[in-house]
Amino acid sequence: MIVSLERRANLTLTRRIGIQAGSVIAGALFGGLIVWLSGYDPVKAYGEIIGGSFGSGYALGQMLAASIPLATIALGTAVAFRVRVWNIGGEGQFYMGAFGATGIELVGGPAGWPSQVLIPAMVAAGFAAGAAWAALPGALRAYLGVNEIITTLMMNYIAILWVNYLVYGPWKDPQGHNFPFSPRFPDNATLRPLGLGQLHAGIVIPIVAAIVFLLLLSRTQWGYELRILGENPSAAAYAGISIRRNVMLAMLVSGGMAGIAGMVQVSGIVHVLSGQISTNYGYTAIIVAWLGQLHPMAILVVSMLFGALVNGGFAVSQAGIPQALGVLLQGVILLFALGAGDLFSRYRLVLGQAPGKKRAPLLPDDRSALSAQP
Amino acid sequence: MAAASDEGMSPHPATGHLPGTALAMVGIDKHFGEVLANASVDFSARWGEVHALLGENGAGKSTLMSILAGLYRPDNGQLLVDGQPVVLHSPKDAIKHGIGMVYQHYRLVPSQTVTENMLLGLPGAPLRLDTRRAARDIEELSERYQLRVDPYRPVWQLSVGEQQRVEILKALHRGARILILDEPTAVLTPQEADALMRTIRHIASEGRTVIFISHKLEEVRSVADRVTVLRAGRLVGSGLDMAEMSARDLARLMVGTDLPGRIRPRPRASGAPRLTLRRLCALDDRGLQALRSVDLTIHAGEIVGVAGVAGNGQRELAQVLTGMRKPASGQVFLDDIDVTGAGARQMALAGVAHIPEDRLGEGLVGNLPLLDSALMKSYYQPPISSGPFLNLKSAVQFTRGLIARFNVAGATPRTIARLLSGGQLQRFLLAREMSMQPRAIVAVHPTRGLDVAATHTVQEWLMSCSGEGCALLLISEDLDELLQLSDRVAVLYEGSIVAAVDREEADRERIGLMMIGSYQPDQVAV
Amino acid sequence: MNGELLISICVAAIASGTSILLPALGEILAERSGVLNLGVEGMMLMGALFGYIADVETGNLGLALAVAILAGALLALIHAFVTITLRANQIVSGLAISLFGGGFTAFIGKPFVGSVAPAQLERIPLPGLAGIPVLGQVLFTQDPIVYGSFVLVPLMAYFIYRTRPGLSLRAVGESPATADAMGLSVISRRYLYTLAGGALAGVGGAYLSLFYTPTWIDGMTAGRGWIAVGLVVFGVWDPWRAMAGAYLFGFVDGFQLRAQALGSGIPQFFLNMLPYIFTIVVVAIASGERVQKRLGVPTALGQPYWREERT
Repeated sequence: MIVSLERRANLTLTRRIGIQAGSVIAGALFGGLIVWLSGYDPVKAYGEIIGGSFGSGYALGQMLAASIPLATIALGTAVAFRVRVWNIGGEGQFYMGAFGATGIELVGGPAGWPSQVLIPAMVAAGFAAGAAWAALPGALRAYLGVNEIITTLMMNYIAILWVNYLVYGPWKDPQGHNFPFSPRFPDNATLRPLGLGQLHAGIVIPIVAAIVFLLLLSRTQWGYELRILGENPSAAAYAGISIRRNVMLAMLVSGGMAGIAGMVQVSGIVHVLSGQISTNYGYTAIIVAWLGQLHPMAILVVSMLFGALVNGGFAVSQAGIPQALGVLLQGVILLFALGAGDLFSRYRLVLGQAPGKKRAPLLPDDRSALSAQP
Repeated sequence: MAAASDEGMSPHPATGHLPGTALAMVGIDKHFGEVLANASVDFSARWGEVHALLGENGAGKSTLMSILAGLYRPDNGQLLVDGQPVVLHSPKDAIKHGIGMVYQHYRLVPSQTVTENMLLGLPGAPLRLDTRRAARDIEELSERYQLRVDPYRPVWQLSVGEQQRVEILKALHRGARILILDEPTAVLTPQEADALMRTIRHIASEGRTVIFISHKLEEVRSVADRVTVLRAGRLVGSGLDMAEMSARDLARLMVGTDLPGRIRPRPRASGAPRLTLRRLCALDDRGLQALRSVDLTIHAGEIVGVAGVAGNGQRELAQVLTGMRKPASGQVFLDDIDVTGAGARQMALAGVAHIPEDRLGEGLVGNLPLLDSALMKSYYQPPISSGPFLNLKSAVQFTRGLIARFNVAGATPRTIARLLSGGQLQRFLLAREMSMQPRAIVAVHPTRGLDVAATHTVQEWLMSCSGEGCALLLISEDLDELLQLSDRVAVLYEGSIVAAVDREEADRERIGLMMIGSYQPDQVAV
Repeated sequence: MNGELLISICVAAIASGTSILLPALGEILAERSGVLNLGVEGMMLMGALFGYIADVETGNLGLALAVAILAGALLALIHAFVTITLRANQIVSGLAISLFGGGFTAFIGKPFVGSVAPAQLERIPLPGLAGIPVLGQVLFTQDPIVYGSFVLVPLMAYFIYRTRPGLSLRAVGESPATADAMGLSVISRRYLYTLAGGALAGVGGAYLSLFYTPTWIDGMTAGRGWIAVGLVVFGVWDPWRAMAGAYLFGFVDGFQLRAQALGSGIPQFFLNMLPYIFTIVVVAIASGERVQKRLGVPTALGQPYWREERT
């Protein structure tokens, strides 16, 4: 008896969703095992996580608030990943976006600019700063072939140090009792709360962005270029699609989205700039993008699940379980989705000797049909 | 173990060991995913014979032999070597039983030297790499079989012919008693092919078995003692005595019908110069000179074939002419317009169509619906585009048009490209390129891997294009195809055009010599 | 800058460099076999934490190192299973491993934060050699792990270029189909070298928690695992060049620490950026040289291998 894998030709949408959901549940069970083995009560831990995100209106608001930066970064990440640009600098681009937005806020906030002007200006600054931070690794990749995984990662550390420098130094709030925070944002620089936990008006950003991306990918020339390039760079070159230009664009868009997420976070939730505005949002967003199979709408759904996990980290820490449980579970779930989920989506397990029924060749020229595997 | 074949006795494989039977494969089934590659195939070969395995592209020959080489495992069926049942879990087991295979795509590590490749995975060698001793072994073997190679050169620096010699030496060095050669002549010059045939006879005369996979009737007839024929994964002729088979019999077995008639050469029609190359130079991916001052003119309605051993600049020539590689110096003119250095899109817009070497990996997008492949050359132009958007309705219409035009049966715009056969894909690709109304076509190996019928269709189409006044540059490894279709044949050797001779003056022998750089042309027609 | 300061920076440079040299050597093995392992950061953290815990529980350094090796290799096993057997995307799996390693060690290591390792590695001057002026101080007044790395680098270089298993390793990463046809198991070699890579990352992590820092704080590797991956690119998969890169990195790191201690007037945040900026520059230079073509680089890096999947 042998176990072998067979490539699936195609997969229905429901089956795909089923496989992803199954691997998330399996990952959660495995995470529970780790919790149990470490001497904590897994039932209590998951109870806290679920209760902390779905138990009340407030909890729901908290969960959604946590999912906003995740969804926003992940949507940009998906654009980059679609063309095989591995931007994992979302964390740094997030910080830089927050920095850019705060820079505008420091000018326009105290000066009393109306929020209809100030908020869009902060969004634009956040996008610009995030995109600029991604531009360097993007250019290195596009023009010198430098591996962007390493460079974007290193840029994360530099960005966080830069923001820390600012909040410990020039941008420190003089009335802040020496805490490393920028001055608190005035009302004209904050996104309006929606009365459900910390949920704020910034939630429209990922929703609008997802719709825009969906249209962009399916209905525009650029979306077509991204699709061809992501599937096969040689074919893209053959069709006269500029790889450099698209690598740069993908980098700029993904960096810019992470920058907007940083802006939304400081303006909507934290209301100050500090070195602790992110709890690994940049990294978590990568998981969100991948689990959402780089599809805008799926990313919105997955980001809520991960919003619950981020939020759950805070919740369990109040019950005496280390907050790191949140990150642990994210890693486990991604591993399961990767291992089992991707596998079962692409292949089907065949047990036993070869299937009994003999199938005739599908097509007369069968060999070339087979050689189509990427 | 060498034995003369028993006259008139065809050993049935199922009966097992007969004197002289080297190996037997019984009832082999193999499928890949949904596709059945071999259906209850029997095969047997004797010691000391050259046994041809004949069949069209896609008939399942390589799969069957890869099973014998331990690379694939059969779904059903049995293997006997020397009368003993064997189970081959991996190529290692096959090597142990004295089975060696030279694959169509050579299994060599490019950055490693000949010696290192020889030592790779060699059982029983010491832990330390003893390159000197291995080099001596290689020299001895090359002497014995007249297969000259430099043991200390890295493989990537070797010509295709030399790489093949390394592969054969490697198998012999491992003590192969059964040697499988998969389409070994496809990439050789006629002279190299002749030398290979002599080597094959020599190897067989030592009592070893040589299995020779091919789809070319002539060479099979010239070298093999017996022949087994596959069609669409099934056995249609088993261990037939070559002496009793005519070419026509073999063709019928292989294709199922008579071969389609040869493409008839049309009267030469040569208009104004259409595509002109002047002192064109280009570098390859490693930054080495790949094209050296190439001068060539292709006239409207003319077909110029480019012959040459793979790796002598064909790839770069095609890429420069289609805008996918910038020339280092020199000029390219389309009609009278200087298009030197234009990009792929500009070239396409200027009217140069491109049938690339790798149709699924480059010319089409295998994993996406045909719709996406259809738009590759037109998505940025109305009516497919409208502003920055795509007009999906006209895109679908356009794709349907292509499918209908070249009669790609059963396909819709939503069909995933890789599910189509090679012939269907090539027809679809041709339809797309044709829709641009090209003024010149650069076709690279347009019939490679296609079955006889599809080859015929593609060749006819190319002829009709040139009949309509298109200038056609045809790069091919198949000398017969070149001689059959081209008005002139240019030979590329180390990046230079050795000669461009008219069809009437081109013969295999001369062109073969030019391909290896050892022919002094008395006239160079450009 | 005076001579004594320079020497002290060099001594620190070797120690700091060694903490990334070991994982980088491990990554060279894994990548040479065709497996891109971006989980190094997580594997280092595993080694750091579990080595530390073993040290706290037993006070036995040898045991602590063995535990660190196991911990790193165990996480590498997950990466190997997911990418080699299940053939998932190596980049994403590596990221998941790093995240998981970070989260897992922070979760498990919570009770251990803050105390100092009871048994620590110590510097042992090598008799005779340590007496050589300057060189003796820099090279031969170090701890056993550093000495081990002195031996490991030439040994690995010899292994890769001069032995038959090394030849097979190179073949598996460059042309797995060839290796397979020559009867070499691609799968088992990839497993082996990915595990070895994880083990070395584990030692690198334990080196931080048992000697360099010596304590446990979550996330204490601070990106060193990622820097190690960058060094492999810089070193073009060659142990000697990786060693040079690691010590250069160590020098930059040692320099910024000393500069902070001496109060250079440059804000510490900018000094802290130096190692990361250095890594970017170094990776950019290595890629820009275009040395990557045809130098025996693992061209099959990142691609799963499956015999019956025809290409």
